[in-house]
Amino acid sequence: MGRRELILIETLCIQYEVEASFIKELHSIGLIEIEKIENDEFIHEETIGDLEKMIRLNRELNVNIEGIDVVFNLLQKEIKMQEEIIALRNRLKFYEENK
Amino acid sequence: MDFVDYYKTLGLERTATEKDIKKAYRKLARKYHPDLNPNNKDAEKKFKEINEANEVLSDPEKREKYDKYGKDWMHGEEFEKARQQQSSRSQHQGFSGGASGFSESDFSDFFESMFGGARGSSRQGPVQFKGKDLNADLELNLSDIYKTHRQILTLHGQKIRITIPAGVEHGQEIKIKGKGGKGINGGPNGDLYIKFNVVNDTSFKRDGENLYTTVDLDLYTALLGGTLTVDTFDGKVKLNIKPETANDTKVRLRGKGFPIYKKEGQFGDLIVTYKVKIPTQLSEKEKELFKALQKLR
Repeated sequence: MGRRELILIETLCIQYEVEASFIKELHSIGLIEIEKIENDEFIHEETIGDLEKMIRLNRELNVNIEGIDVVFNLLQKEIKMQEEIIALRNRLKFYEENK
Repeated sequence: MDFVDYYKTLGLERTATEKDIKKAYRKLARKYHPDLNPNNKDAEKKFKEINEANEVLSDPEKREKYDKYGKDWMHGEEFEKARQQQSSRSQHQGFSGGASGFSESDFSDFFESMFGGARGSSRQGPVQFKGKDLNADLELNLSDIYKTHRQILTLHGQKIRITIPAGVEHGQEIKIKGKGGKGINGGPNGDLYIKFNVVNDTSFKRDGENLYTTVDLDLYTALLGGTLTVDTFDGKVKLNIKPETANDTKVRLRGKGFPIYKKEGQFGDLIVTYKVKIPTQLSEKEKELFKALQKLR
């Protein structure tokens, strides 16, 4: 994994105007992974989308860290259910076409 | 362009206090926020409406103008004056940027006419945000997705090369990283979500990784046994038919079905249903022989 894919937490804090403690709390609850290289802390570029969502939930809807965790768990469940709905719809279509 | 009743949008009376507005807005925002309603166009539309209503009603200056000229926005002379003064003072206090963010085009024509767009921000300095996620539909033939293949698409003015894995489902969505809207203030680009609409252009029926087909079996082969050549998705196979095979008998050809999504080299099964064909236009001789057989039973 190249260093280019990692983003320095300090940079993120400046860009998004958030406290480093907020990102660390997200990490402590298991919502994002932090990678430590020497004395610097980074997060993976791939998780930026999720991090932004967490910042918005906190900033725009006043959802606290525990609430964000609940929301993310529910969203994960929803994604799985959506996939299941697609599979079931296709199966139903198959049986309706073969009545 | 229609008049937009911002009070109605937030479910408020015109006498609502600042506190009422904030409370109503927060409640609706929690319900319709795009981060909580992924891929829900109705929620996104509703969220934009409530955001716009809040933009106006939570700002005393804008609210006053709206209350005074709102309904007569199309003719009012005073409104015109107010509008001219307004253009340099507009303030944006709603949500800013992000995948759920707003650009000027996210405000209604009514808002743009009355308040001159959403320029300006209450934030100090540019905050970088990821660009907007975009959605697109792609129609594919079932025969196209039997093998992993590449396609070049032209979407939103840019050429995108994508790899479509074998075995994708109808209705399935894949994410193409960084191919969505441009990042805000130098932030990363959004993602592109492509939804596949799979059209069956074959005689096979598909249920996930399994394929189904029906073949005709002549009466004599069904009774006495024999061989039958059957079409599969990637060629023909010769099947041994057992003597006394009943109509609607199903046989499962393992590994002759559809590729399993993201499991290279693995396939589902092909289920073949035999339809025994009864001979018609029997000759006198045939009728006699069938009668003789009938007597034997």
